[in-house]
Amino acid sequence: MRFELTDEQRAFGEALDGLLSAADTAAVARAWADGDTGPGLKLWARLADQGLTVLATEATAVEVCIAFEALGRHAVPGPWVESAAYLPIALGHEVEGVATVAAPPRVPYALDADVADTVYLAGPDGLAEAEVGEQRASVDRARRLFAPAVEVGGAPSLETSGDSAFDLAALATAAQLLGLGERVLADTVTYAKQRRQFGREIGSYQAIKHQLADVRIALDFARPLVYGAALSLAEPVETTPRAVSAAKVMCADAAYLASRTGLQVHGAIGYTQEFDLSIWITKIRALVTAWGTPAFHRARILDSLVGA
Amino acid sequence: MDLDLSESEVAFRDEARAWLAANVPAEPLPSMDTAEGWRLHQEWEARLAADRWSVVSWPRDYHGREASLVEWVIFEEEYYRAGAPGRVSQNGIFLLAPIIFEHGTKEQQDRYLPSMATGEKVWAQCWSEPEAGSDLASLKSTARRDDARGGWVLNGQKTWSSRATYAHWGFGLFRSDPEAARHHGLTYFLFPMDADGITVRPIAQLDGEAGFAEVFFDEVFVPDADVLGAPGDGWRVAMSTAGNERGLSLRSPGRFCAAVDRLVELYRERPDTRVSDRVVDAWLKAEAYRLYTWGTVTRLADGGEMGAAGSVNKVWWSELDIALHETALDLLGPEAEVESRWLDGYTFALSGPIYAGTNEIQRNIIAERILGLPREPKGAQR
Repeated sequence: MRFELTDEQRAFGEALDGLLSAADTAAVARAWADGDTGPGLKLWARLADQGLTVLATEATAVEVCIAFEALGRHAVPGPWVESAAYLPIALGHEVEGVATVAAPPRVPYALDADVADTVYLAGPDGLAEAEVGEQRASVDRARRLFAPAVEVGGAPSLETSGDSAFDLAALATAAQLLGLGERVLADTVTYAKQRRQFGREIGSYQAIKHQLADVRIALDFARPLVYGAALSLAEPVETTPRAVSAAKVMCADAAYLASRTGLQVHGAIGYTQEFDLSIWITKIRALVTAWGTPAFHRARILDSLVGA
Repeated sequence: MDLDLSESEVAFRDEARAWLAANVPAEPLPSMDTAEGWRLHQEWEARLAADRWSVVSWPRDYHGREASLVEWVIFEEEYYRAGAPGRVSQNGIFLLAPIIFEHGTKEQQDRYLPSMATGEKVWAQCWSEPEAGSDLASLKSTARRDDARGGWVLNGQKTWSSRATYAHWGFGLFRSDPEAARHHGLTYFLFPMDADGITVRPIAQLDGEAGFAEVFFDEVFVPDADVLGAPGDGWRVAMSTAGNERGLSLRSPGRFCAAVDRLVELYRERPDTRVSDRVVDAWLKAEAYRLYTWGTVTRLADGGEMGAAGSVNKVWWSELDIALHETALDLLGPEAEVESRWLDGYTFALSGPIYAGTNEIQRNIIAERILGLPREPKGAQR
């Protein structure tokens, strides 16, 4: 019984954080949103060099979660969940270059299909390469959404029957939300220590403190569900999909609380596109419903608890 | 990183499970806050102690079995899953004992701990005063030095003292240096509740039971042998108790996991889709608490300290406890108001966000000590 990251795993996360801290990822995300995907693809190549695209096939889900928490903390754009979590498991091998996938009805759009070397469509009969239609705008300007050009007949029965590709994608999204939430909390705490009103730092008022404490609490209890689900995915059992859903629901709730609180504490400056907080807040909103909505995952938990 | 139990931990779990299956009373005991229920809970403690299950993590000399922290968590999970009675000795074994182990002399340990472990002597905590609740450091009860008799004389009033109605011993803070400010000049005393000058006045709680009491001190003599830690050092000594109460030792995840299992069972019997998300959320929070606790146990085993994380813990379990009981009551529908185990659990849960430091105080601690936000300017202080 050792429910803590190993020194090696911790060092891996810190190395990724170091690399991403120096990469001005906010500027990368802004460029990506404006259609300039060059800096993002350059960063993609550097992260692939660090092994991010082979973690799903060559490491464990724990390492996948460490990586996605870092990607979330730095709001890195691109179809990472698709290329580094879903497709390696669904295809049975790592993805060369950049790939993306739509898996209706849970994942109706192929993320960033315009930069992908290969676009897949997941249907009841498995994966097939697919064409996509026009781009749709996401609440997160750095998520470029494309609907598949063809309709998929019948919903894939994958999510309830223990589809490990879907589960790893949902868990990676949860880890990303955890990192996004942690970053919003950290930046908001920094702001609350600097911003003064009525003659003192706003962070000295209980009205602010208690809201931020609630975010701290929510994130602290979401984290163990992520790593509990990661351990479960390493040796899947009947309750593994439930563990994944638990992580996704709690991380979505915690990150969303972080985003609402972060916006409120920042006030009007947080509501501007110019201020970087907007990058994190909009990504959280998009990921809350990505790879299974909270309602879908809660229903999956209920089915598992009471027997469908 | 793993969540696997070792062979010896599995053996420990199986032994605990088998003992509990053979010994837990078939019918729930009457409330421990009634005379009859108190006696039966004391008997249960004695039965636990006879087979070294009352204080598993303690040394063998004091009726324990030197269980590890992991084993303690396992035991708690089994204990509550088996539906075993609440612990009447809880204030002593979970709150006071860790302090006696840390700050007490060997003589004090030998004198207090064995009878605490067997439930023969039950302890009450005497923290709050009428004018000192959340602001505990403003307490006014005094301790006057009596060199002639070699001890101290206590005067004042404590209130909301859990278990004080029937308890044999009490523990609390008194101001031993009237000149010193707030956190300084406080001393930690232990005293028999039947000492000359102590008057206990039970207070009926929300549910009508006398779970707590007012305690009046009128020239109560306490010998030096019953001072815990150094005179004047009581705040520091007491705060390690507070950390225990907020943190791991008072509320093991086993309690909540067992309650959520019963909630899911209730939902199966009375499915109501309007309440299903809240059933899921109660399960989620208990499951998060279970896993979070394994992380805490790992860090403590590595030599880490609970610190302000105890406040994170306390807010979580106290709010979870209320939410899961509210959900059960909603499933019961119009029958919710009728006497039941769920209703008892709900009434008890309501006190959680208040005792052991209100959740407002906990959120201040989290904001200031974990997030590093500036302290709020306090009002006028003496």
